Amino acid sequence: MTVGNGWTGTLLRVNLTDGTIIREALNMKDANDYVGARGLGTKYYCNEVDPKIDPLSAENKLIFMTGPCTGTLASSAGRYEVVSKSPLTGAIGAANSGGHFGPELKYAGYDGIIFEGKAEKPCYLYINDDVVELRCAKDLWGKNVHEATDMLNAECGEDFRVATIAPSGENGVLFAGIMNDKNRAAGRGGMGAVMGSKNLKAVVVRGTGSVKVARPEGFLKEVANARKMLIEHPVCGEGLAAFGTEILVNIINEVGGLPVNNGRDGASYDKAYDISGENLAEKHLLKNQGCFGCTIACGRVTKVKPDESEFYGFGEGPEYEAGWSFGSDCGINDIAAVLKANWICNEEGMDPITMGATIACAMELFEMGAIPESDIGFPLRFGDAEAMVKCVRMTADAQGFGKILGQGSYRLADKYGHPELSMSVKKQEMPAYDGRAIQGIALEYATSNRGGCHVRGYMISPEVLGLPIKTDPLVTEGKGALLKTFQDLTALCDSTGICLFTTFALGLPELAGQYREAVDSDESDEEILLKGERIWNLEKRFNMEAGVEKDTLPPRLLREELPSGPAKGKVAELQTMLADYYEVRGWSKEGEPTSEKLKELELQDISF
Amino acid sequence: MAQQLVVDPKKCKACRTCELACSFGHHDEFNPRLACVTVFNFEEDAITVPVMCMQCEEPACAAVCPTGALSINADGVVSHNADKCLVCKLCVSACPLGNISFSPATKKVFKCDLCEGDPMCAKFCPTGAISVMDPATAPAKKKEAADKIKSTVEEA
Repeated sequence: MTVGNGWTGTLLRVNLTDGTIIREALNMKDANDYVGARGLGTKYYCNEVDPKIDPLSAENKLIFMTGPCTGTLASSAGRYEVVSKSPLTGAIGAANSGGHFGPELKYAGYDGIIFEGKAEKPCYLYINDDVVELRCAKDLWGKNVHEATDMLNAECGEDFRVATIAPSGENGVLFAGIMNDKNRAAGRGGMGAVMGSKNLKAVVVRGTGSVKVARPEGFLKEVANARKMLIEHPVCGEGLAAFGTEILVNIINEVGGLPVNNGRDGASYDKAYDISGENLAEKHLLKNQGCFGCTIACGRVTKVKPDESEFYGFGEGPEYEAGWSFGSDCGINDIAAVLKANWICNEEGMDPITMGATIACAMELFEMGAIPESDIGFPLRFGDAEAMVKCVRMTADAQGFGKILGQGSYRLADKYGHPELSMSVKKQEMPAYDGRAIQGIALEYATSNRGGCHVRGYMISPEVLGLPIKTDPLVTEGKGALLKTFQDLTALCDSTGICLFTTFALGLPELAGQYREAVDSDESDEEILLKGERIWNLEKRFNMEAGVEKDTLPPRLLREELPSGPAKGKVAELQTMLADYYEVRGWSKEGEPTSEKLKELELQDISF
Repeated sequence: MAQQLVVDPKKCKACRTCELACSFGHHDEFNPRLACVTVFNFEEDAITVPVMCMQCEEPACAAVCPTGALSINADGVVSHNADKCLVCKLCVSACPLGNISFSPATKKVFKCDLCEGDPMCAKFCPTGAISVMDPATAPAKKKEAADKIKSTVEEA
C-alpha cells in the first residue's frame, strides 16, 4: 500500500497543550491492516492511549480519520470517523459522519487529525491546504452549531467545511456529538464532550488538492457497477430517497418491535402512522438531500410552518431513530414536536437517540413517583409533547433538570434508585427496535463494542427487511453467526469511508471490489473481510482493558414479556444466542477473544 | 453530433457526484476544484443548482480570446485548445455564467468539453438532474406534456 492509492499519506498531529502542529507520514502498514477511518483511527488510538484514562481528561486523544475511499467516486463515500474513549460508556467510541467535511480534509492533503492534550483557552483548528493553525475561538464559545458554522464561514470563507461542537459539548453533555456541514453528526457516545473538554470548538477545512486511486480504470468499473446496483435497489434507490430512514416506523411497528413509553408498554404503537416517513413526506418534507457523492440521498430537509404548529421551524431530519425516541418512546405522536426536538439536537449537537430515550426514562421514573416534580419543575408524563421539547431545550442550555438529563439515562435512573429502568447497554441507550420482538438485534445491542447500538451489526436487515436473506425475527438459532458476519462487514464498510446504508444493496464483493482498486490490493474478498474481524477484536480488546462491563441487556428485555403485538409473550433469549455468538467468534465462554483467535488476526502482540 | 446538457434543479440532491465524475473523467483524480461543473446548494430555500458551460452559440469567451484558443467545433462544443492558450484568463472574466475556470494548481484554464459526447456528469448523476439532450429531438418536457395529453384523451 502506498501514498496516492486512496491516501494522501499525511496526518496532522495537533498538540493543544503546547500548540504544536506536526505533519507525519501515515502508517501504511496499519492502513493496510486496519483499512482506514474507524479501523485505522482505533488502531492509532489503541497504540497511543491507556484504556484506563478518564475520557474527559487532557490525557485522552481525539482522532478524526478518513478512509481510502473517502472523497472518491466510490459509492456514497463521503464519510469519516471520530475515534476516542467515550465518556458515556467508557468503551471505545467511534462515531461516523457524512456530509462534505471528510472529503474536504483529504483534498487539503490530510488523511486524518490526531488531537492531543488540552488548550488553555477555546480555540479552533484552521486548515487551508498547507496553512494549518490554531486560532482563538473566544467569540465562538457558547454558540450553537448553526451559529458557529455561519460565523466561521464568514470569518474564513464560504468554501470552508466546518465540524463544530455546541455548548452541549462545552458543558460535558455525555452524548454531545460533533456536527459537520451543520446537520451531519458524528453523533453517538459523546465525541463532542471529549472535544469540548479539550477547549477545541471546531475544525474548519478548505482543500484544493486531489485524491487519487491506484487503478483508475478498474476503480471506475467497480464504482459504476456499485452505483447501478444502488440506484436500481428498492431500498437504496427508492425507499430511502422517498421516505428516509423514517420509512421504518410502520415496518418495525408491524412486527411489534417499535418500543412504546420507554419499552414499559411494549412495542406496538397504535399511532405509528403519525410519526412515520409517509406522514412526514406528505406534510413536512421540502426535499431529500444527499451527502457527498451519494446516490441514496436519505437526508430530509423539513419545515413546519407557524400556522401548522407551535413547534414550527426548519431544519433536517429526523431519522427513524429520532422519530421513535421523541415519538413512541415518549408516547408522542405529534410529528411537529418530533421535528422540533430533532432540530434542536442538530443545532445543539446532541445525539437524539440518547436524548429521547433519556427523556422517556425520566417520564417513566416520574410516573412511578421516583422523581419528584420539584426536581423537574413541571410534570413529565408520557405523551406530553410540550414537556418533551422543553426537556431537550433545558439539556442544550444546561438548565436545571437538563443538567441531569445531559448525563444520559443510566446515570439519571441510577440517581433516582432505578438503574434497571435505563434502556441502555454499557450505559448507551438502545435505539428504536425492541430486542424482544427482533431477537438478533438484542444480541447486537448486548455485544456491540460501543454499547447499545444498531449500526455495528444491523440485524434488522435480515430479520425484518429480508436483506440479503430473510430470517425469522423470533428465532434465535443461527443469529450468532449471522451477527458476526454483519459486524465484521460493517467494521470493514465503516473503515473504507463508504456509507453503511449502501450495504442494503451491496455485499462484500462490491465493497471489497471498490477497495481493492482504490488501494491496489490483490487480496481476496475473504482476506479483506478478515480485516473487519480484526477491527472488531481490537475494539473488544480495548474494552476489556478499559474494564467495560460484560455483554448483557436491561432486565426489561430479559424478563418482561411483550404485552401485545405479533411478538406477544416474548423476551430476549440472550443467553442462548450469546453462547452461539462467542463460539462463532472463536472467543471463550466468558466472551473474551482466545489467544488462538488473536494470533489468527495478528493481534497477539497488541499491548495496552 | 451537437449535444446539450440539461439541468433540472428539482431533481438535484446536492451530492456533488457530478463534480467527482467530471474531475475524474478529465484528470483521473478526484478534485471538485478541477471540475467543470459546480453544485450550489441554497440551504434555506431547499434548492440545489448544478452549473456548467451551456456551450453558447455566440460565446463571449471565444470573442474575447486573443489567440483563438476558444472556438466552436464541428459538434457545437465551445472547445478550448490549450496549445494556443496564453492563460491570460480574459475568458474567465468574459463568461457571463462563470463557466470558465482557472486552476491555481495546474496553472491552466479549463472548461466543459462535453467529454467527447459522453458527459461523465450526466452519466453518473444518480437522479437525472443533469442529462444530455440532442437539440435535434423534441425536448423531454414537450414529451412529458404530450404524455399527459395522451392520458387525458384516453380517459375522456
